[in-house]
Amino acid sequence: MGNEKLNASRRNFIRKSALLAGTFMASSAVKPFSAILFAANEPGKTEPWYAIGIDIEKCIGCGNCAKACKSENDVPKDPFYYRSWVEQYAIKNDGTMSVVSPNGGIDGFTQTVPDDEIYKTFFVPKMCNQCYKSPCVQVCPVGATFVSPEGVVLVDEKYCMGCSYCVQACPYGCRYLHPEKKTADKCTLCYHRLKKGLKPACFEVCPTGARIYGDLHDENDELHNFLKDHNTQVLKPHLNTGSKLFYNGLSSEVR
Amino acid sequence: MPSQLKTLLPLLVVFIVIFFVARHFLVPESFGKYGHYRANAMDEIADLPIHYAGKEECVACHDKEAALLASDAHAGLSCEVCHGPGAKHADDPEVNKLIKPGTREDCGKCHNLNPARKIEVIDQIDIKTHHLEKENCIDCHNPHAVWEMKN
Amino acid sequence: MEHLYEILKQVDGFIYPNEIVLQWGILIVLYPYITGLVAGAFILASLERVFKVKVLRPTYHLALLTALAFLIVAGLPLISHLGHPFRAYEILMTPHFSSAMAIFGFVYLWYLMVVLLLELWFDYRRDLVIWSQQAKGFKRRIYKILTLGVTDLSPKALAWDEKLGYIVTVIGIPSAFLLHGYVGFIFGSIKANPWWSSVMMPVIFLLSAMVSGIALVMFLYMIISWIRKVEIDMACLDEIGKFLFMVLILDFTLESLDQVHRIYEAEESFEILHMLVTGKLTYTLFIFQGLLGTIIPILTLGFFRLYLPKEKLRKPLYFLASCLVLFGVFFMRWNVVIGGQLFSKSFLGFTSFKLGMVGLEGFWMALVWMILPFLILSFILWLVPPWKKQQEETVP
Repeated sequence: MGNEKLNASRRNFIRKSALLAGTFMASSAVKPFSAILFAANEPGKTEPWYAIGIDIEKCIGCGNCAKACKSENDVPKDPFYYRSWVEQYAIKNDGTMSVVSPNGGIDGFTQTVPDDEIYKTFFVPKMCNQCYKSPCVQVCPVGATFVSPEGVVLVDEKYCMGCSYCVQACPYGCRYLHPEKKTADKCTLCYHRLKKGLKPACFEVCPTGARIYGDLHDENDELHNFLKDHNTQVLKPHLNTGSKLFYNGLSSEVR
Repeated sequence: MPSQLKTLLPLLVVFIVIFFVARHFLVPESFGKYGHYRANAMDEIADLPIHYAGKEECVACHDKEAALLASDAHAGLSCEVCHGPGAKHADDPEVNKLIKPGTREDCGKCHNLNPARKIEVIDQIDIKTHHLEKENCIDCHNPHAVWEMKN
Repeated sequence: MEHLYEILKQVDGFIYPNEIVLQWGILIVLYPYITGLVAGAFILASLERVFKVKVLRPTYHLALLTALAFLIVAGLPLISHLGHPFRAYEILMTPHFSSAMAIFGFVYLWYLMVVLLLELWFDYRRDLVIWSQQAKGFKRRIYKILTLGVTDLSPKALAWDEKLGYIVTVIGIPSAFLLHGYVGFIFGSIKANPWWSSVMMPVIFLLSAMVSGIALVMFLYMIISWIRKVEIDMACLDEIGKFLFMVLILDFTLESLDQVHRIYEAEESFEILHMLVTGKLTYTLFIFQGLLGTIIPILTLGFFRLYLPKEKLRKPLYFLASCLVLFGVFFMRWNVVIGGQLFSKSFLGFTSFKLGMVGLEGFWMALVWMILPFLILSFILWLVPPWKKQQEETVP
């Protein structure tokens, strides 16, 4: 009889601990991982929270996006400064890989590797990932670059002193020092267009709809459909930048 | 208190006061409103000039072309994809004319044969060999109605 | 911008299009070098004052004054490198404390004023008062100003000088670590750059700073004694040599540990870093920093631990060792700063760097920044020569 009592109390103890552990684990799962994969803002905010989707399967490497970006934002035309660009990856049958981005893809791409040597090839458009945990904002010593309430990372060119620390800190190579303004410069998601209800320039001129952008707070936004319908990835997730640029069809070779 | 500190401590206080006075004048007014940055910067960026007008702007005047385009393969395209930035043209249509591309290089930018382009996504031809009897693409193809051949 | 077109032709592999331009050039190599010299010289001086290594006394004041001369110049290459140098004040007005660079203004000011200037003032006050009475003309006025009006020379006041100076020195040691350690953190905290991102970076920077500072004091002590035609205190020089040796060993060990760890873990960035080190950095890393700047001085100074050759041989060897160490530490900074920007963050290629001769970021300008501290030091030594100080009546 004593044994049964002992077993019962042991069972009780195990049951209680399991309940406690389960609750603990469940509750810890709720808070840190909210909404869309680490990139969501706190719910309840009224402004939009912009994010980007790029479909690599649809990109044809026409370079219109890179070209329009430079026109829209008065970026110097020299091949050293880009707010947005396109890369072409070509993996050959012998296993070697070539990655090119001639003038950022603005003039398009000419085929350099013959058809019979190609194993796999595709285009990868690049632009500022509008990270919400951006390392570039973290390292600005004076507060000249910041994440706006809408989730767009901007540079205050009147305040930037041109130390280039943010350029060093961006893991994606999205920033440059403007040769004339001598301040840091980068893709602003055409903030000046967003505010007027217009699409950012690169999205406006993409002929295949490979680039889409949207408001993560709006459940009916086409970006949400994009995220739900595709397996998306961000670049360098191990760096925990909170990148809000989601790629569909990102092959493992892409850096 | 030793005489050294009697001189040094007031000096320190003076220095700190000068620092805070300087700060009052040198820190921009909208700084810190939303975060560690100058809030007015957002408005300054928002006021930058627009170069691409957007399809709606074009369609407002060019409704004939838009109607033709609506049932065409190029229906999903914005006008400025081919014609370039149109905001200045929308402001003053007579003065700022836009380009009308149609050469093999122009159309080839999207349509030239390239193994990295999926055929399901875009129709492709080899601009070096496709119908060499004609010089430009638009000699046969109307860009707003591409399958209605001109000859 | 023409030179960029040249560099574009020399791009090896693939780089992100914006990476052609190297943002941080020789001026940013100079800044950690100069602040390192400051921190190192100060730590050597504090060895005497706080850790009571009496035999280093002949170099105590020289070390402090050297630190001051170099600290005055330290911020200048940094500010001249900025795109908008006149906005540099923003770092004091709205420092963004998540950025290691933001503390530059405050740490610099703190160290300059509260540590160095104060310590020197407490140490020199008595002499300044006496010199202000003895000197004539313009020099007299300067001394008077420097006394800050505190002319009390009673034993009690002098005892306070000693006590307060000691406190400042004690505070100064962690301040020196902070002054240079944060520079290491500026690089070590950049997760985007695997050549920089390392927990060892602040430690390595600090140790190589100490190495360079000690070597600088050794170098200057020998040169100044030769200029003044006075005897070098060999016991002092031997002791400096001993500290230099020990810190060199520590520095070399930790830098090697960092590399061994990198090689062993062989993370994603390993292949490109391996190509960097065996390619573009071969000379500057293995020969300049490694062989000339570290191994040869370690062997020389280490040999002295076993057998002390005659003074006639030791002197030139110490001089050579100090020059080699100074040379090597400069290239350590070069390898970190320039090396970290030569490879693409895509890990798929390299850009190239050519040091221009003219211009604000050119070789000649860098030379000016390096020579300026020596000129300032000469002026300071003329104004407040350590060897003309009153002899102490009591040993502190």
